[in-house]
Amino acid sequence: MRKVIYTGLIIALCWFAEDCARAAELRVPQNAVAGQPLSIGTSGSGTLYLVGPGQVIKKEFKSGGSVDIKGEELRSAGRWIAVVRGDSNRSQVFWVKPGKPGKLNFLARPSRVPVARPNVISGVTFIFDQYQNLILDPTPVNFNLSVGGAGTTKTVTSREGVAWIDSASAPKAGAAQFVASVDDTSVARVVQQVAADPCERSFRMHVAGHTAQNIIVETDPIRDCSGNPVPDGTIVTFIQTDKTGKSTVDARIKKDTARAELPASDNATITMAAGVVLGNELHVGGR
Amino acid sequence: MGRLLAIIFGALTVGLIAVGTVHGSKTTHASTPDGAVQAMFDNVKGHDWHGAYAFVAPSSNVDEGGFTRDLAGRNGSLRTYSQLDSVNTRVLHESENEATVRTEIKYATAVGASFETRDLKVVKDDGTWKVVWPAEKEVNVPPQVIPVNYLRWDIIWRGAGDDWGAQNVENPNCRILSMHAVERDGALIIMGEVVNEDTVPAFISVGAVLTDSSGKDIAEESSFDKLSHVLLPKEVSPYRIDFPGIKKADVKSVRMTHNWMLVPASADPVIAVLHQRIEKDLTGRTVLKGELLNESGQIVNIPHVLATFYDNGGQVIWVSDAYSDHALLPQTPQPFSVALRDDLAANVHTYRVTVNHYSLNSREN
Repeated sequence: MRKVIYTGLIIALCWFAEDCARAAELRVPQNAVAGQPLSIGTSGSGTLYLVGPGQVIKKEFKSGGSVDIKGEELRSAGRWIAVVRGDSNRSQVFWVKPGKPGKLNFLARPSRVPVARPNVISGVTFIFDQYQNLILDPTPVNFNLSVGGAGTTKTVTSREGVAWIDSASAPKAGAAQFVASVDDTSVARVVQQVAADPCERSFRMHVAGHTAQNIIVETDPIRDCSGNPVPDGTIVTFIQTDKTGKSTVDARIKKDTARAELPASDNATITMAAGVVLGNELHVGGR
Repeated sequence: MGRLLAIIFGALTVGLIAVGTVHGSKTTHASTPDGAVQAMFDNVKGHDWHGAYAFVAPSSNVDEGGFTRDLAGRNGSLRTYSQLDSVNTRVLHESENEATVRTEIKYATAVGASFETRDLKVVKDDGTWKVVWPAEKEVNVPPQVIPVNYLRWDIIWRGAGDDWGAQNVENPNCRILSMHAVERDGALIIMGEVVNEDTVPAFISVGAVLTDSSGKDIAEESSFDKLSHVLLPKEVSPYRIDFPGIKKADVKSVRMTHNWMLVPASADPVIAVLHQRIEKDLTGRTVLKGELLNESGQIVNIPHVLATFYDNGGQVIWVSDAYSDHALLPQTPQPFSVALRDDLAANVHTYRVTVNHYSLNSREN
């Protein structure tokens, strides 16, 4: 009886030893990174299958050694299974981490905002490596919002692959460059910061000239109450009233001023308005 | 035999000439003043300009080319896209040698019927009535350079190669400022104003859905040409939506629908509206008259005038429009007239006129 037990133990030990020996035929890396070369140790001959997220790699091997996987072949981060079919059939699981940041997806909202408003601009950045793997490790992201070279920069560390920021609009009007960057990767969006309505104090016109049949009126540079030029294209309505009736010109602001030609009159009153804001009143001709 | 044939052919030739002469004189002969006007416009309707010109009195001092351009249109105006539909005449005054005929002319155009009323002077000339056609003065703009400080809004859209984070620029913010429903002539009319509050141009459409007391939709309409569809920043447009055959009492509620889209646009041309005044036209109807002045250097082929009338409380009480069948030449005033309901004329406290423009060489049209 003792001899039978002894023999059984020997068999079990041999089986375990064989199993250990076979396990050594497939050596997977512990710190694989997407986009970087990978080496998997094998023995004997057969076929190695690497099955990952949305990707399968097949390699034939002979007489053992290691199977080399090129960086550009290993594109997907996540859970991979290495399977060997050949002299022996084995499989092992290993994890591939995303590579270094190579691509940012940047959502900037809104595309137009009034100047000098708190927390009106939001930016959300998703950080990916060059093969579109979301980088879940905390990564510092720089957000820069600037108009005409002057602006603010803030660094936010990403969480679960996402970094976001709320920002005030600048006091200066213009097309703000909103840039998100990680290392040498950056993405720019344009946020148009627009002036408010014209400031009544500075909304004034004057007679700029005469032609044979017309009188030319022109505004002073039209600015909002923060001193920003009101956007080009904003309509300024000039209204002239005299004994022949009413004449109107919907002029557009061009380069900060609006200009209109009205019929010459010997006694007329000219007013102007932009939206709900009224400008000064002019009297031409008469006594 | 040869002599006989010659005589036959000679007689035939003389006969044909005589028939042609008799026929020709018949087409230019009008025994009544309104008959002359009708006959002239019958030829116009058939595009027989030469035949129509035969009814024009020599004292008109208009050549056939100018007469044809008056009636067929010039410079790509709305008249060039129209067809004479009908003519009604009424003799206002008639003496032995002179008469005045009120002529109501209806044209079918691409944008609906167009009406024109003229008091035409008709004179007896060599025993037949002829129409004195007042030649339209053809304006020739002197050669010059008109500097235009061109303002355009161009848009860079999201490209096919952009990542999903690159979104298009947002649509403009527009707002319906007012809405007012009235019943006129058996139709429910909804009108008001809409403003582009943004700093970019907008293409807008405004509609309305009527629901009855059970909550069921009974009609849906949109404002087609009683609206400026392209609104520049801070521009205000009236709108009017007509529901023919619907009574106000049958409607429980009105649901306004709208769509604002960002579009490329140009701020040119600027069209001034001069000498606006409300007065009566030839037929005694109330109209808003004035002149349009194209301050740019390019021809505006089809001007479209929109008039908004307000009561003393500032509420929109009527929206009216009219297409001018004359093109706007640069720097040249062109009269316009927009109808106003006679029953509302007394309530009009103020009004506002805006002009849409359609130009053949414009990128926006």
